[in-house]
Amino acid sequence: MAKKLAMQDIILTLQQFWAKQGCMLMQAYDNEKGAGTMSPYTFLRAIGPEPWNVAYVEPSRRPADGRYGENPNRLFQHHQFQVIMKPNPSNIQDLYLDSLKALGINSKEHDIRFVEDNWENPSMGCAGVGWEVWLDGMEITQFTYFQQVGGLEVRPVAVEVTYGLERLSSYIQEVNSVFDLEWSDGVKYGDIFKEPEYEHSKYAFEESNQEMLLKMFDTYETEAKKQIANGLVHPAYDYILKCSHTFNLLDARGAVSVTERAGYLARIRNMAKSVAKAFIEERKKLGFPLIKDEKLRQELLKEDK
Amino acid sequence: MSQNYLLEIGLEEIPAHVVTPSINQLVERMTSFLKENRLSFDKIEAYSTPRRLALKVIGLADKQEDIEELAKGPAKKIAYDKDGNWSKAAQGFARGQGVSVDELFFQELKGVEYVYVKKFIAGKSAKEVLTSVKEVVMEMKFPTMMRWGSNDFEYVRPIRWIVSLLNDEIVPFKVLDLETGRKSQGHRFLGKEVEVKNADAYPECLKQEMVIADAKERKEIIMSQIDELAKKNSWNIVVDPDLLEEVNNLVEYPTVFAGSFDEKYLSVPDAVLITSMKDNQRYFYVEDSDGKLLPHFVSVRNGNSAYLENVVSGNEKVLTARLEDAKFFYEEDQKKTISDYVERLKKVMFHDKIGTIYEKMVRVALIAAYLGKHLGLSKTQLADLKRAAMIYKFDLVTEMVGEFSELQGVMGEIYASLFGETDAVASAMREEYMPTSSEGDLPESTIGAVLSIADKADSIQAFFSAGMIPSGSNDPYALRRQALGIVRIALDKGWNLSVPLLHEAIMSAFKERGDLYANIDPEKNYAGVKDFMFDRVAQIIGSNNDVGRDALEAALANKDNEFVSVLEAAETLTKHASDDDFKETIEALTRVSRLAKKADFEAASVDESLFENDSEKKLYDACSNAQKGYCCKSYEDKYQALHGLKGAISEYFDATMVMADDEKVKHNRLSQLVLLSNLTTAFGSLEELNVK
Repeated sequence: MAKKLAMQDIILTLQQFWAKQGCMLMQAYDNEKGAGTMSPYTFLRAIGPEPWNVAYVEPSRRPADGRYGENPNRLFQHHQFQVIMKPNPSNIQDLYLDSLKALGINSKEHDIRFVEDNWENPSMGCAGVGWEVWLDGMEITQFTYFQQVGGLEVRPVAVEVTYGLERLSSYIQEVNSVFDLEWSDGVKYGDIFKEPEYEHSKYAFEESNQEMLLKMFDTYETEAKKQIANGLVHPAYDYILKCSHTFNLLDARGAVSVTERAGYLARIRNMAKSVAKAFIEERKKLGFPLIKDEKLRQELLKEDK
Repeated sequence: MSQNYLLEIGLEEIPAHVVTPSINQLVERMTSFLKENRLSFDKIEAYSTPRRLALKVIGLADKQEDIEELAKGPAKKIAYDKDGNWSKAAQGFARGQGVSVDELFFQELKGVEYVYVKKFIAGKSAKEVLTSVKEVVMEMKFPTMMRWGSNDFEYVRPIRWIVSLLNDEIVPFKVLDLETGRKSQGHRFLGKEVEVKNADAYPECLKQEMVIADAKERKEIIMSQIDELAKKNSWNIVVDPDLLEEVNNLVEYPTVFAGSFDEKYLSVPDAVLITSMKDNQRYFYVEDSDGKLLPHFVSVRNGNSAYLENVVSGNEKVLTARLEDAKFFYEEDQKKTISDYVERLKKVMFHDKIGTIYEKMVRVALIAAYLGKHLGLSKTQLADLKRAAMIYKFDLVTEMVGEFSELQGVMGEIYASLFGETDAVASAMREEYMPTSSEGDLPESTIGAVLSIADKADSIQAFFSAGMIPSGSNDPYALRRQALGIVRIALDKGWNLSVPLLHEAIMSAFKERGDLYANIDPEKNYAGVKDFMFDRVAQIIGSNNDVGRDALEAALANKDNEFVSVLEAAETLTKHASDDDFKETIEALTRVSRLAKKADFEAASVDESLFENDSEKKLYDACSNAQKGYCCKSYEDKYQALHGLKGAISEYFDATMVMADDEKVKHNRLSQLVLLSNLTTAFGSLEELNVK
């Protein structure tokens, strides 16, 4: 590691690396979400028989993790670098390790481990099997073979590799606080994000309008269900994301009791399941266009008819 | 010539806790495969790392044992035609078996003669048989299974290679699209692909590629490096065997290293530091010779010692961030008060169908007070018990327990002390959770023990009332463990506790605060609770090999009896089972009990004026005598009291017709037997005893 990579160089390096492996470079999805998995480029596209290889940065908001910009490692919003490959290449672990090498992390000079961590997001009906990747004891990546998304079996299996960009960068740049990370030459992470961290924390914990949020949740839910019924998958999914984020805001505010919590999560899960089914139906109507093997495509279209 | 067979399944990293059970499973499956296929062998050697499950069959036979088999054909009566030649049926049989009719002979089976032929089945070569090892590989089962790629096949993690060598020859088979071969992989970072020349070269050939495939050898390396480090620094490195096992299965080539953290974190309680090191990071913690925690940790790298300084500093950085969080939580938590936390528990559900944790604490306080009085606790103890019960779940809403749930109770004790609670109250916070496993340690203090029992009794009745009753392997709230806990604590303390007494305590709480039982009717499924509790009593006493099976069955029949009494009854009956007059005594008493069941009334008093013979008076006197102070007698004395009645009983039955025609007389006599029979219920049901 001669010159320490700035955070944007880390992103650029990962983008170049995964683009070479055949991933399309997507952009962050313009809707609030708690994790890169919730982008339609993962949640929806992981389902169904069509191949899908993408990489993108996803700013991820977790209101309850906000710390007013005072904690060196916890953030209201952090950044994930998300890679999805379906079906999973058989050398995906090697590809991942090569990506670290591209970032100047030579596996011989560190201790890299794949430690069991089976990932689950029950509110979205998702479950997978995999690891968290440890770099000298620090968890820098979540590595998951999706088994279920939106309550549907994932066939073929998609692999999701999620880098925690702040963690990874603070390791590479050897800083103790994320706010000291260099984003680009001369501009620090703190210069960009410290203020919004404070404001979002203040808002989520103290100022948010609970009544308004509760009403919004109901309104978004009604709209999501209506659009699922209309077969308008993507607008419906946008409203599900809004429900999810609104719930997270309410949760951070302590406005949701334990009993109600389970109820809200179940409502989101039910919508996630319906939209997953609706997505497959719509893709099928379109003839699964991403499948280039014509024979396979025809076979899949014949199924269940 | 004996041969060796090597099988290595190469996998993406297997979860550490799955490695050892999986290799054991593979060896078992291989052993039964070879037995079923009549391939003899000397032994099987096992190898396992996070990336491979391997075994070597040593001294494998060249081929299967040959066998001779008898094949049965038609009966003799249809084996010849009328000319005395082989019939069509017999000829067909011979043809089917691939032999000439000359080889047919007769043999009797159940009085009928049949045509038979002796068939010789030559054993197949080992190599041919071993191609079916494919099934051994594919039939493996794991706690979590996954699919990958476009396959439907499930395994613990994706299979990446399979080595299958009989001596130096590949035994070919295919799993999914993977062909077996001789190529194995070395260490993920330090090794390279390796061609295994022959089975004997394994696992030495892997060592050159920085893989120690023998799990035991790996563990020894770790231990010797730990010992060396401890000696060098005069440390006591505390090696939890479960953690060592896990760490051993996270590495293929171990190098032990030590790191440090700032001494300022030592202000955080040891339990927190240790949990943070152990559970989050899989580190061993370090003490000085006096057992004082030191600001160091020990971990194991998956690799050699090159660039070890990077690994050390990275791990130190991670631990520091975690300890910083812990210190922050510890300080923040102390800024609030216990009553702040208790207030918050009013909003936290214990279970949707039962109520809040706060409500539970109030119920448990009432139950505990009732039990405490029954057990004769002092005023001070009762006051401590009440205080403990009113706050004992407060730590659940602290930041620290929010982060480290396994510290529930432990933090309760630490914080309670800091907040100025008495030692008795503080230690009850931790002891309330005990025992945490079926064999786990029990609470030592009286307050802790009563609180633990009251909490568990409340949970069991509450879940039963709400209809969430454990069945089969489904026991999500660990009610079995809790019931076991109650019985174990009662026996350990020698307390007179019974299911009816626990129920009385619950009912007294219900009478006082019916509002806390808004969602649950404490009478509902009480019978189920009783049976459930007694299944645990049976389990605990049954595990005591000194108690006779039938004595246990007898003692268990009285489910209203105190747990300690059930044990004593079973022990007393077991002890006397070898007495010469045991059979006589029990038979006399069971005769009484059987007849007493004919009485359709409960309360019984005997009227001496209705006696018609001397034996009645004699039994009456003997019974009255035995009744005196019976309830408070030791089980030995109880037995002796009953034993003393046997003469009077047999005399009575010789001279007296119990079911007399005169209703009054009959009633009087049955009353006598009921009184007598009631004495035997202390021992449960004597009819369960095997005295034949």
